[in-house]
Amino acid sequence: MSREFSDLEINPNELLVSSYVQGEVVVIGGGPAGLSAALSAAREGANVYLLERDDFLGGQLVKQTHMFFGSEKQYASERGVDIKEILEKKVREHDRIKVLTGAAVLGYYENNTLLAEHQDKVIKFKPQRVIVATGAMEKVLNIPNWDLPGVYGAGAVQTLMNVDGIKPGNKVAMVGAGNIGVIVSYQLLQAGVEVVAILEGAKEIGAYLVHASKVRRLGVPIYTSTTVKEAHGKECLEGITTVELDENWNQLEGTEKDYHVDVLCLSVGLSPLTEFLNQAGCAMEYVPELGGFTPARNDRFETSVPGIYVAGDVSGIEEACSAMMEGELTGMYAAQSLGYEDENFWKRANDARAELTALRKGPVGKVIREGQQKLFQKAKCKGVV
Amino acid sequence: MRIEKHPILDFDKKRQRKVKFYFEGKELEGYEGETIASALHAAGVKVLSHSKRHNRPRGFFCAIGNCSSCIMQVNGVPNVRVCVEPLREGMTVEKQPGKGELNE
Repeated sequence: MSREFSDLEINPNELLVSSYVQGEVVVIGGGPAGLSAALSAAREGANVYLLERDDFLGGQLVKQTHMFFGSEKQYASERGVDIKEILEKKVREHDRIKVLTGAAVLGYYENNTLLAEHQDKVIKFKPQRVIVATGAMEKVLNIPNWDLPGVYGAGAVQTLMNVDGIKPGNKVAMVGAGNIGVIVSYQLLQAGVEVVAILEGAKEIGAYLVHASKVRRLGVPIYTSTTVKEAHGKECLEGITTVELDENWNQLEGTEKDYHVDVLCLSVGLSPLTEFLNQAGCAMEYVPELGGFTPARNDRFETSVPGIYVAGDVSGIEEACSAMMEGELTGMYAAQSLGYEDENFWKRANDARAELTALRKGPVGKVIREGQQKLFQKAKCKGVV
Repeated sequence: MRIEKHPILDFDKKRQRKVKFYFEGKELEGYEGETIASALHAAGVKVLSHSKRHNRPRGFFCAIGNCSSCIMQVNGVPNVRVCVEPLREGMTVEKQPGKGELNE
């Protein structure tokens, strides 16, 4: 087994950094799942490269100013922005982890070769294990004029406000009363922006009651069984038309209402960012409960391509606490597969697994549990993992 | 449209250095290190590109460099995702015709 961990020497005159960079594990993505995976793999003994395409670590934690629920071990009552600081410090101080930010992974090729672009150079990695923690992106809503400037992903508005301190506009309508929709509405109010309404197509509010009551107390109405029918505007969004829905999500004629808003936030779910997995040839399954196409994987988070593991939203949409727990487990399994297994390994793994299960308990985790069951059944039927 | 007072966040730390940059030839101001898209938003610029086939206006959408709605020409280089590109002193930012052209 190779214990080599080569240094990355970048020659400014070379376009291609030609010598292979050896490392046992490459983690793609420096969000909550990737940071946790790098830490646990390194803790078990593996040498890790952590590649992040942004110039900073933390992924979407950098904009999450609300307190997490989680368990005690999983940073309950901490704000996402603070969890980012804790994880980043641990990762940067670890002598078995090397971090490369501003490094976009380009693809995965024969003989475990992985290419990444960094400062206009292409670097060749040859890792024994790859942990893919690329996260997710926000879905859109197919309504007329959804593409107008002024229609944003709700998470994107959160970034604009909480990272750079910019208001998206003056008057906002939010689509989706799940946790993201309701939390971002609250944060818009904190930033001094008017939220005229939260629209939810389902009959019930999906967000935790504590978040939903907060915005209701501040006077923001939440309309259930209601959605946006159309956006209006020439160069930018000027208004929307809403419509009520019956039990089968059919629009009810005559219930239309117009609102003058310059911002429409879409909080209608996320899709896993699976480009790397697709390109690498990992078998994918369509599981709507998990956000769409998700990688088939075994219970140790390994995909159908041996040596490629997944963690976090890319393996099914959830939230940051379970992403961190999945990262923790995936890093452990990847390290264990390389021979790093001390006498307490399985106890630690079982404890972590029990915690992940606890996070998915109850009605909130029901969709995830069902989705994962579907995924495993499909994958098993096809014999992919 | 900058947030000046916030109950949890302090933006003063991030707003250390004011820089000038140019959007379609017009001089604008922003803070070094914030994204180009943020600086444009703060200056009231919401239309960042136009769709290639139907010429429809496009703006800021995903903020993670994934949706291609915000690609612009920066310092002559096309297809820069301005929602993740940090602002620097003196940058020239332009709307890009079509797919953009590589000059080298």
